[in-house]
Amino acid sequence: MLTLIFESFEYKWHIAAIYKKPESIQNGLFDAMHEVITNETKALRVWNALRLKLPPNALGDLYKVFLSEITQIEMTLCTAISFYFSGVDKPHLAYGRSDVLRIKQIAKMVDRERHRMKAFIRFSRQQDDLYGAMIEPDFNVLPLIRKHFSDRYADQRWLIYDVKRDYGIYYNLQEVEEVRVAFSKDFQEHKMLLEHPEEKRYRNLWQQYFKQVNIVERKNLKLHIQHVPRRYWKHLTEKQIL
Amino acid sequence: MERIEEKLSILADAAKYDVSCSSSGSNRKNKNKGLGDTGAGICHTYTEDGRCVSLLKILLTNFCIYDCAYCVTRKSNDIKRVSFTVQEVVDLTINFYRRNYIEGLFLSSGIFKNADYTMERLVRIAKKLRQEHHFNGYIHLKTIPGASDELIHEAGLYADRLSVNIEIPTESGLKLLAPEKNRQDMVKPMEYLRNKITELGEEKRIFKKTPIFAPAGQSTQMIIGASGETDEQIVFMAQRLYRDFSLKRVYYSGYVPVSCDNRLPNIGSAVPLVRENRLYQTDWLMRFYGFQADELVNRQYPLLELDIDPKLSWALRNLSCFPIDVNRAALHLILRIPGVGVRSAQQIIMARQYGALDMEQLKKIGVSINRAKYFIICRGYKQIYSDQAAHKIKQYILATSQSKYLRRHCQQLNLF
Repeated sequence: MLTLIFESFEYKWHIAAIYKKPESIQNGLFDAMHEVITNETKALRVWNALRLKLPPNALGDLYKVFLSEITQIEMTLCTAISFYFSGVDKPHLAYGRSDVLRIKQIAKMVDRERHRMKAFIRFSRQQDDLYGAMIEPDFNVLPLIRKHFSDRYADQRWLIYDVKRDYGIYYNLQEVEEVRVAFSKDFQEHKMLLEHPEEKRYRNLWQQYFKQVNIVERKNLKLHIQHVPRRYWKHLTEKQIL
Repeated sequence: MERIEEKLSILADAAKYDVSCSSSGSNRKNKNKGLGDTGAGICHTYTEDGRCVSLLKILLTNFCIYDCAYCVTRKSNDIKRVSFTVQEVVDLTINFYRRNYIEGLFLSSGIFKNADYTMERLVRIAKKLRQEHHFNGYIHLKTIPGASDELIHEAGLYADRLSVNIEIPTESGLKLLAPEKNRQDMVKPMEYLRNKITELGEEKRIFKKTPIFAPAGQSTQMIIGASGETDEQIVFMAQRLYRDFSLKRVYYSGYVPVSCDNRLPNIGSAVPLVRENRLYQTDWLMRFYGFQADELVNRQYPLLELDIDPKLSWALRNLSCFPIDVNRAALHLILRIPGVGVRSAQQIIMARQYGALDMEQLKKIGVSINRAKYFIICRGYKQIYSDQAAHKIKQYILATSQSKYLRRHCQQLNLF
């Protein structure tokens, strides 16, 4: 992505559309195609130049927008970043511009997803004392939550696996690494077999607790679903006994 | 095993009327590869009534020597009584925490034997978690009114937040509903903690070794609609608590009828949810928008309006302060426009440096135009409602919007 921006400046191109590799390409009649191959030096130059223009939180916003993986978001990134280089003071605050505002808003969406994952991940303890969790987040937020979990669970081995993107992060008591697991077909069976004997007990206690803290007189399912959208229920321990 | 399940359900059920569940405001970092880390709070899940669950909120026991009319665990109530052992609470906390169910522990208790005896147990649990299990998660302890200063001090060393519940906003109400309790016993630990927190906070700035003491401060809770109090009394009480005791939060809890007592609303009467919501809005206006209590409620208007939010209500009573030009006015004035939140106000201040903003841009920033349009001037928009009477504007706004809460209530009425 950053290489692309470098090259667009290098060749003074006007960019009409950006496509990721596996996407189908819609070519305009008079548009020229150019394939961009990631080049670390070029990318780093753009990033370093951005660092001079923007404060860290605005840089973080750009990274989050990139992780959003929304279709055609690259175009917004591209026009916004060109604007950031236009010489305006504090360009990231020009919320009057639609691309700058969109960056802010999407970064906010990704940030919410990151925060939700910090909340909704449910570990289950395995026989070998590995604490494992499955997630299917809307955005690719694993890179944004690894520090949170390694700071918090520094004395237990854990694995958080993004089923949708088929990769996970694993903490081995020393450091966090990215892993890809080849799950076997009878994984479901195995999961039950490999579970720590105490796991079921605490799962039940948690479900019991969740049921008990509800105040029936104040029931407000709409608010409940707003806070805990249905798409997350699949991996939430407390929502398994309906 | 079933035994602990039973205890958990009884003691969680009894603790749920305590609304505080915040786990933020502390900054206890993980040291030497221990367990846990506390920073910005996380709500791990939400109950079906829409309240956040971030802490394991339980009573140590529901045995109690007091007989407060509004409380489920009052002495005269015929319910099953149980207590946790210290080890049981510790195990539950650690195991829930390791599975990322919770941010920490919220431990309250009925009073058994006396205040010190109860407080001593609470402190022992916190101490065990911190020292034996190197637990750095969040701990919220109740300060038991009447406990000794030494115990409260020790509690502050292990807990992130401490709280004493005021429960009934007026002294006369307290006398009526909880005749064995007195206000002074609640105020004393609050004063002691306020002094300790400031004193040790200052010391910490000079000596790094000073132990951290209740880093997330203290909070309290008031029950709404149990003793016939006015909003004015509640809001002024809250302002006093924030100002004089530097509380971090005051919580408002709409009274859920749990008792057939003629001093209280009947069982089955509705929980005052809208009123509770309006009180929280007022609380926010005082803490983040620079409002004073007497601007929002006063002798003339002792009750908050239920059909509109308190900021709009204030604006309609003070039309002479408007219109406000969003492209020129200072932040504290922009914050007073109905329909503009703190975040939007800040974004307006930033964005207008790059050119005057128009209605469309304000809308994108997140301003609720529906309410704001009666009170502002912006690029390409002149204020045409300036000469309208307040009740007219209120009608316009109510005609084009419906409060979520009121809608819910209509539905509930239709059922019967």
